[in-house]
Amino acid sequence: MDFFVQQIVNGVTLGSVYALIALGYSMVYGILKLLNFAHGEVYMIGAFIGYFVLTSLGGASSPMLPVAPLLILMFLAAMLGAGLLGVVIERFAYRPLRDAPRIAPLISAIGVSFFLQASALLLFSAQFRTYNTPQLIPFSTGLEVGPLRISLVRMLVIGSSIFLMLALTLLVSRTRLGKAMRAVSYDREAAAMMGIDVDRVIVATFFIGSVLAGAAGVMVGLVFERVFHFMGFIAGLKGFTAAVIGGIGNIPGAMLGGLLIGLAEAFSSSYISSTFQNLIVFGILITVMLIRPTGLLGSPVLKKV
Amino acid sequence: MPRIGTDEWVEQQELRTEYYTGLTAPARRAFDRVGPGPRFFAFLGICALFPFLTDSPFLIRVGVNVLLFALLALGLNIVVGWAGLLDLGYVAFYGFGAYTYAWVSSGQFDIHLPTELAILIVVTASALLGLLLGLPSWRLVGDYLAITTLFFAQIFVELTTNLDRLQLPWMDEPLDLTGGPNGIPGIDRMQILGIELPGVRDYFFLLLIVFALVVIGLYYVNESRTGRGWRASREDPLAAELMTTPVNRLKLLAFAMGAAIAGLSGSIFAAVQTGVFPQNFEVVLLIMIYAALILGGAGSISGAILGAIIVASVPEILRTPENARFLFYAAAIAVLVATMRPWQRLAVVVGAVVAFGVVVYQLVALAWPEGVEGETAGGRFSGLLGSWMVIPAENQELIGNIAFVLLVAGVLALTQLRGDARVMLLVPTLYLASFVWENRLIAQPSVTRQLLFGAILVAMMTRRPHGLLGTPRVENPV
Repeated sequence: MDFFVQQIVNGVTLGSVYALIALGYSMVYGILKLLNFAHGEVYMIGAFIGYFVLTSLGGASSPMLPVAPLLILMFLAAMLGAGLLGVVIERFAYRPLRDAPRIAPLISAIGVSFFLQASALLLFSAQFRTYNTPQLIPFSTGLEVGPLRISLVRMLVIGSSIFLMLALTLLVSRTRLGKAMRAVSYDREAAAMMGIDVDRVIVATFFIGSVLAGAAGVMVGLVFERVFHFMGFIAGLKGFTAAVIGGIGNIPGAMLGGLLIGLAEAFSSSYISSTFQNLIVFGILITVMLIRPTGLLGSPVLKKV
Repeated sequence: MPRIGTDEWVEQQELRTEYYTGLTAPARRAFDRVGPGPRFFAFLGICALFPFLTDSPFLIRVGVNVLLFALLALGLNIVVGWAGLLDLGYVAFYGFGAYTYAWVSSGQFDIHLPTELAILIVVTASALLGLLLGLPSWRLVGDYLAITTLFFAQIFVELTTNLDRLQLPWMDEPLDLTGGPNGIPGIDRMQILGIELPGVRDYFFLLLIVFALVVIGLYYVNESRTGRGWRASREDPLAAELMTTPVNRLKLLAFAMGAAIAGLSGSIFAAVQTGVFPQNFEVVLLIMIYAALILGGAGSISGAILGAIIVASVPEILRTPENARFLFYAAAIAVLVATMRPWQRLAVVVGAVVAFGVVVYQLVALAWPEGVEGETAGGRFSGLLGSWMVIPAENQELIGNIAFVLLVAGVLALTQLRGDARVMLLVPTLYLASFVWENRLIAQPSVTRQLLFGAILVAMMTRRPHGLLGTPRVENPV
């Protein structure tokens, strides 16, 4: 039983990271109907920015700042850097293709993803890096509820991702920008005719989505440690899986999908076999795709002639 | 003017065709007069001469790679170019073909079938797998199909890496199906019609024959009812369906044919390499095949071949610094010549880059003498380059990295500028490009290759989505 509950904690930690990545996919897809393959690479760059902020401030063993401001600084830098990267990608790789055949932006996205991966390999070399979190915040500190132990880092990850998701929900449902985003995603042309600056809304969407991915990158660096140039590919695939399972373009769906994928992964690696954990996740995706292509919370799309 | 589409209009077609001008015009007109058939056989003839022109097994191996790539690009062209289905799982068929061949002709299960039978099995099995994995295309379109098929590719790699200790309930010992990360070594050489194929050179000829048959076959398929059906269902599946085109069956046929060609090339690849390994079939290869097809022009047979030649041979040229440098400067000048008009401006830019380099070199030499004391990577022009290009003796990596980031920013800025500002920025950017090249990229061919392919995909899509030899087409907004 303890083991079971512990796996739930693991799954939720992992799931909240996937949910943050999934949100970026989902928002961009909702507005542009574009599958942003480069999103996983934005997340990878976020993790690297967090790493370099940490090491330039003395590293985990001898930080020059107290822990709390250090973490906040890491998060802020990674989020800002990732957000700007997302905006640049949109400006140069996707905007010229706004009215091109559907295949063009997708191939362009694959190209961006490949380019960013290779750039990271060139700039940061192929070695694995770690944040060394245990030296910063010992894993032993944390909450103990009976036999269950939740380390502080995990609580931090879960807490901050809930905070980010709440902020996003409020942004989309309460602000003018959120309203404009919903309008553009519903009907871009009509929104433009109503005086919404569509380009600005798209840029904002990319920025927000990439900010979330940057935050997810730092979280993964904190909890699961390894940071390397290829980390974005699999994480991107899983984030995308989460977005699709929840219903792409649907914000609560992305959160739900992220949690489901995280839990599925935690349970399959602990109860079935860790070698097949990716296979199980991909299997779930393909099944959902075939049975319910619009995802769990998505509404069926009408085909217009 | 007669109305468009009437008989008189069609008769006057000659008047509307564009005529070539300039010195090369007669040659280009003659090239156009020769039909596709003679052109292709001339190309085949040149290819067949290739192994006699060189003794180096390495070069022939490159030729084999080019032909394998061409076959793969042609197969992908059926699915992506003609049927318009975005199949990101394509590389799995290639791997499946290679592994199937390995199962029936190696010591893995101690089965050694005759090559003809083995190839027949491989092609049939790949085509069946293509039918099976093509089924999602009935329900899923566009991006959804792309991602589902990408997962098939991932699953294939995961399976081949992990299926080395498969515990089956009715067997006592775990079954070693794929050899895991170590793959299956010791695959038999092929033996076709009693002729043994021991060396790379023989495989080159085998591939050339297969390639010729595939191209001829595809040419006729493309001209046939099936080919037209594919294009119709690509342009508008709903309308095609209404015109009684069997869209779903055509989709499956495209998947199966693409898979069969991929499986066939996979089997030859396995025999050439005498081994198969999971890492041969990863997404990197998929991206390269896509780069080949997109670069050449999706939907065009000659485009797929041209793209494959470029994509498969460029990385080999990059391997030695000397050739890589030659390729870099040749490509830079070729691009400038092709895009800069009039030629006076081109001359000004080239002159300015050279002058800019000399000035920068002297300034750096004055201010920071160690900055120019580094060694060039060697090669033909290294002496000349050494007194033009700044190559720091220390911190080369860090400075190179900063320059790389600046270069990317510079190139992005170039796409936004017009007129004189663009020319002004072009000069330092070109110098920066060769700085990054000399200091950082030349030593890392594999990274350079990835960077180039990523950049090619983006540049091609934003500038010329129909590729070098493809025909532009307009798609109705969804």
